[in-house]
Amino acid sequence: MDAQSGHEVLVDVVGAGVRRDGRWLVEGVDVTIRKREIVTLIGPNGSGKSTTAKLVTGVLKPDAGAVSRKSGLRIGYVPQKLSIDWTMPLTVRRLMSLTGSYPASEIDAALAATGVAHLANAEVQHLSGGEFQRALLARAMIRKPDLLVLDEPVQGVDFSGEVALYDLIGRIRDETGCGILLISHDLHVVMAATDTVICLNGHVCCRGTPESVARSPEYLSLFGARAANALAVYQHHHDHTHLPDGRVEEADGRIVEAHEHVHEHEHEGHSHA
Amino acid sequence: MLEDFFTRSIIAGIGLALVTGPLGCFIVWRRMAYFGDTMAHSALLGVALSLVLQVDMTLGVFIIAAAVAGALLLLQRRQTLSTDALLGILSHSALAIGLVVAFLSGIRVDLMGFLFGDILAVSVTDIVVIYLGGLVILAVLAAMWRPLLAATVNAEVAEAEGMRPEVTRIVFMLLLASVIAIAMKIVGVLLITALLIIPAATARRLSATPEQMALISAGVGALAVAGGLFGSLRFDTPSGPSIVVAALVLFLISIALPVQLWRARREA
Repeated sequence: MDAQSGHEVLVDVVGAGVRRDGRWLVEGVDVTIRKREIVTLIGPNGSGKSTTAKLVTGVLKPDAGAVSRKSGLRIGYVPQKLSIDWTMPLTVRRLMSLTGSYPASEIDAALAATGVAHLANAEVQHLSGGEFQRALLARAMIRKPDLLVLDEPVQGVDFSGEVALYDLIGRIRDETGCGILLISHDLHVVMAATDTVICLNGHVCCRGTPESVARSPEYLSLFGARAANALAVYQHHHDHTHLPDGRVEEADGRIVEAHEHVHEHEHEGHSHA
Repeated sequence: MLEDFFTRSIIAGIGLALVTGPLGCFIVWRRMAYFGDTMAHSALLGVALSLVLQVDMTLGVFIIAAAVAGALLLLQRRQTLSTDALLGILSHSALAIGLVVAFLSGIRVDLMGFLFGDILAVSVTDIVVIYLGGLVILAVLAAMWRPLLAATVNAEVAEAEGMRPEVTRIVFMLLLASVIAIAMKIVGVLLITALLIIPAATARRLSATPEQMALISAGVGALAVAGGLFGSLRFDTPSGPSIVVAALVLFLISIALPVQLWRARREA
């Protein structure tokens, strides 16, 4: 039993399937997310990760099985794809009150928490991939959700930005106690904070802690032996922090411009090659 | 002062622009220009059928425009043809059927009046319909502003976070059908979309938030109506097209203005 098993169940997906055009997109999926738990979905393209996330949020109704949610469950959602048409003038600040209204102080606090406070008045179309993901995360967070659903939250973000975002997601969980459903955009980095990894391929192949999934025969047959080496459980060995404004804070507290900074990451279990 | 046909037409046109401005922003944001055009073209079928069946024309146009929108939603679900092709089929079929029905029924109607509108012929009753109908449309739009905007940005986020994007979408289409029914007599079926899109596009560069864009768009539309009508009086040109030309001139001015000017204002 893991540490989360005593916490309240937020969403329980039992034997759920979604059928489109006579084909099952996912079948027999079981996912339970509890308060303070981070569940990560991994799997190849088309394996039903986003479909499963949509079952959890209620955007899709199951054609088989059942999905139950805690009554009054408040969800914060960061979708896989969100392109905002240039024709809509939308500042980061205005984006924050998309689905509810919040006082300016809360908006500032949420933006500060994800490190994009300095972009509050920027147009969302002008943000970089990483800045936009941070703004979307702040928007989902400000709802004080019981459950955060993050569909590939680090897409378009470079490696060090990825690490910083995963750190941030772990911190959000620690500070707010919400449950998190995360869809990982690649197999190479599954954050250490993940409690349960569910490996999908139209159905649940295997599940467990990141370490146990990496060793399971189902995982190996799905992704091949090379993937076993590639599945790294990210551990914190970075000696510096990339600040959102582009500068870098070294381990000794010095703040340097990015071009003066040399990467000396140490990661376990995989290399950048 | 309502005895003067020119005053009546300015009041009617401005009333219409105040509604098409905010509504048109959503047409632009949701990339529904062609969709709006299709609904507008179907208005002619509504006119022909109302004349044949002797029902109120505004009501007839509203029902047909809403029905065409509904038909499109159903056809889209079947995913056979692209939305683009479906719109092309619906748009021109509705227009053609309207013309054929009007011809077969032997009704002598001024088709030009419906294709290009006749704002100079608006009656006091028309003005009352425009302002009452417009008020209802704007009230509904204001009430569903947040869910509609959220669904426009991303329907999935809106739904996951407890909104009903499908419902807001249908209500929005009914609003669009209503504004077409009201606008038809004034600018005509061929030019309604212009009054929806051009002011909104003009407002884009002058706005920092969606709400600002909606308000500025209404203002730009009203300005275009006034400018177009004075122009049509001065140069003896047809009123509907003159309004659209005035709107186009405002749009061209907005894109010619230096971006820095607006940037500076936005950051202030």
